[in-house]
Amino acid sequence: MSQTNQATPSRTGVTVVIAGEAGQGIQTVEYLLAKILKSEGYHIFASKEYMSRIRGGANSTAIRVSSARVAAYAAGIDLLVALDREAPAHLADRLSPATIIVGDAAGLGLDRPVLDIPFAAIAAAAGNKLFANSVASGAVAGLFQVDFAGVERAIAAYFRGKPQAMVDQNIAAARTGYEAGRELAAAGRAGLTPPDKDAAVAGDPIINGSEALALGAVAGGCNFIASYPMSPGTGVLIYLSQFAADFGIVAEQAEDEIAAINMGLGAWYAGARAMVSTSGGGFALMTEAVSLAGMIESPMVIHIAGRPGPATGLPTRTEQGDLELALYAGHGEFPRLILAPRSIDAAFYRTAEAFQLADRFQVPVFILTDQFLVDSFLNLPELDPAGLENEPRIVATPADYRRYELTPDGLSPRGIPGHGAGLVGVDSDEHDEAGHITEDLELRVRMVDKRLRKLELLRTDLVPPLFHGPADYRTLVVGWGSTYPAIREALAGLDRPDVAQLHLEQVYPLPPSAVAYLQKAERIILVENNATGQFGKLLRQETGRAASDRILKYNGMPFAVEELAERFAALLTADTAAEGSAV
Amino acid sequence: MEAKDFNLEHAAIAWCPGCGNFGILNALKGALAELDIAPEGLVMVSGIGQAAKTPHYLKCNFFNGLHGRALPAATAIKAANPGLTVIAESGDGDMYGEGGNHWLHTIRRNPNLTNLVHDNMVYGLTKGQASPTSPQGMITPVQVRGVVNEPFNPLAAAIALDASFVARAFSGDLQQTKEILKQAIRHPGYALVDILHPCVSFNKLNTFQWFKEHTEYLDAGHDPSDREAAFAQALRTDRLPLGVFYLNRERRPFEETLPAYADRSEPLYRRRPDLAKLAAVIATRRD
Ligand SMILES: Cc1ncc(C[n+]2csc(CCOP(=O)(O)OP(=O)(O)O)c2C)c(N)n1
Ligand code: SF4
Repeated sequence: MSQTNQATPSRTGVTVVIAGEAGQGIQTVEYLLAKILKSEGYHIFASKEYMSRIRGGANSTAIRVSSARVAAYAAGIDLLVALDREAPAHLADRLSPATIIVGDAAGLGLDRPVLDIPFAAIAAAAGNKLFANSVASGAVAGLFQVDFAGVERAIAAYFRGKPQAMVDQNIAAARTGYEAGRELAAAGRAGLTPPDKDAAVAGDPIINGSEALALGAVAGGCNFIASYPMSPGTGVLIYLSQFAADFGIVAEQAEDEIAAINMGLGAWYAGARAMVSTSGGGFALMTEAVSLAGMIESPMVIHIAGRPGPATGLPTRTEQGDLELALYAGHGEFPRLILAPRSIDAAFYRTAEAFQLADRFQVPVFILTDQFLVDSFLNLPELDPAGLENEPRIVATPADYRRYELTPDGLSPRGIPGHGAGLVGVDSDEHDEAGHITEDLELRVRMVDKRLRKLELLRTDLVPPLFHGPADYRTLVVGWGSTYPAIREALAGLDRPDVAQLHLEQVYPLPPSAVAYLQKAERIILVENNATGQFGKLLRQETGRAASDRILKYNGMPFAVEELAERFAALLTADTAAEGSAV
Repeated sequence: MEAKDFNLEHAAIAWCPGCGNFGILNALKGALAELDIAPEGLVMVSGIGQAAKTPHYLKCNFFNGLHGRALPAATAIKAANPGLTVIAESGDGDMYGEGGNHWLHTIRRNPNLTNLVHDNMVYGLTKGQASPTSPQGMITPVQVRGVVNEPFNPLAAAIALDASFVARAFSGDLQQTKEILKQAIRHPGYALVDILHPCVSFNKLNTFQWFKEHTEYLDAGHDPSDREAAFAQALRTDRLPLGVFYLNRERRPFEETLPAYADRSEPLYRRRPDLAKLAAVIATRRD
């Protein structure tokens, strides 16, 4: 395939898409191909789009196979593995004349060339039509002309624990697919040029967003999670449950989100490091307890994996639609911190930090992600828990301990019951320094001031923004959270000396250095995966600066590199043209 | 220890004079003293309401959270540090109304905590509206033609859910209430004590006198391990039986089922993540 070019900056490699109905095993092909291609020396990045159903429908997974790291969604498809007749139609607007389609030519019935490999028939001949996944994986491996040993290893790993006969049959099915693919490639009929390899990649772990978050939580000392299932937030609960025995984590599926977060607060009170993971609809139920966290000055870590709303919206799709919910959740006035990791590896580090920051400032800390981030995966060499701080900031209480001692910076030493000679009392009503209910209105004012002083402590560069580009930029492209890789890749392809990128992971309170960058910009282009530009509103409120242009997307899909590149190009050309006419 | 060891100086008690809550507070102090539970090892967890203020009136650690949410917090506190004695204490509105779903699932979960419900059959703090246990016909500012809903029967419901300890007490009998509380606190698992008490301000039907006339202790022959007999007693309306209705010693406490405590017992706050092991887990995602 062609190397990077300006019009289609996604082409640092090849995008392979596997499409079919739910229940056909797309995830199996995704898993096998990721392992096979990575161990062969390709960087991989996979993201999926699927319908809210267990069987049927039209779903797809896109795997970007490249010679250098990519981590953004690219819409264009180089190779489509069509597992059913619906697949090409479902993806029609992402196909181009150059897209290679592989599948059962007769079954697909397309009026364009298809590399004919009848997956189902080959699978049936190998013993079971369910082996079609292995055939398809083998076929793609053949088209990439990889070593078959890698295919065998991946299948054996996938079917570990299953009867040997079944493993052997799958390997045989994959081999037939592999031979078919390789012959097509060798005969020059495939049209696929695999990207250059990077041997260093072969040993990288493959990690998805949920897993990165869960691993980051463990690194940050998380030892308690209570949650109620809601896509796409459930993954973190699942991973932490799997780590429960090995890492001594209490993982509980609560009866509802209300219970989940109240459990989290109880756990922090008793000295644990707790989190909840949910999506907007589930978080809506937690808001009462966010306010409680504010009042009792409890640390709390809340992960919200965004999906489109309102209500239950598009359950399996992506959106950055819950920033304002996180920002304003809970009644009354109290400080909070909102983080939005920019990528899967950042999800690991930001989550670990979230526990430190929650503990240090005794406030709720939000981690905002979205379906795109938590469901994607890639090869990641650099996840390193060594040296991450996870020491709880709790004190052994003296006999006269007062939980809400009035201090100059608003932070009172945090004691827990059973650790020290003192007593620890917390109360949801306004309280005195010992935590007892008070209706002393003068004390009320002092307590409000004490809590709000912590907001000033949070107004620092706790997580500094990322800036890329020339120091003398005129235009600043601003984004937050998971849009980072797409914006970055699209801008890289444009190569404009007057345009820079500013990306925020600490979205509230704004880090002061970000404010400085914004003030310097002549023009601000805001990119958000929502319909109303929620972060733009926040920027305006906090800095007085309004975005000049907004690129918003809210159809449930993440930004594609190509579409951002086009939108940037159009906006920047308009800019140049306007200037030209003014001269 | 003595009951007065739990006295809190300067506690400004906000209950009405003559309220049944005082009796419960005294019985609780007595029970804690006789069980030798030091205030530093005790956590009282409550929701919102008159009853929910109890933790402010005795010496203890306390988590006075939100209306109806005492049980999830209490469960987590016990799970985070099983060495603590945890008592969740609130009113009938708080536990059975706003907290109904948590109550149900806490019984299913069976954490080793004591759940005291001050059952005055009315909402006290919000001034006399019906509670889940209000009798039919009770007239209130909201139920102006009298309560029509079937009253909730916490004992029957708890026994139906196979709660591991189910009892009823009456705040007017300090001695017996104290004994029941001691048993409940000692019980390893979830223990419900529904404590009848008069609300002198808002419940003019279920007065001290009414409770005197309408309660009686289970007779000595009652076998608390007999679930059907316990259920039959819980359904009685001629008189409301008092005492320990039901006891199931088979159920394992929630904390003991947690893998986090399978081979270690120290509370969570004493633990640090094993970062080397974490690096090893990350490494397993390599192939
Ligand atoms: C979410 C919420 N809804 C309503 C209230 C108002 N409220 C406070 S106490 C209470 C009822 C308490 O009744 P009960 O638990 O029976 O306690 P009692 O006051 O009778 O002891 C209500 C409705 C509240 N604090 N929070
Ligand atoms: S309102 Fe009723 S329950 Fe509350 S303190 Fe007064 S008498 Fe007691």
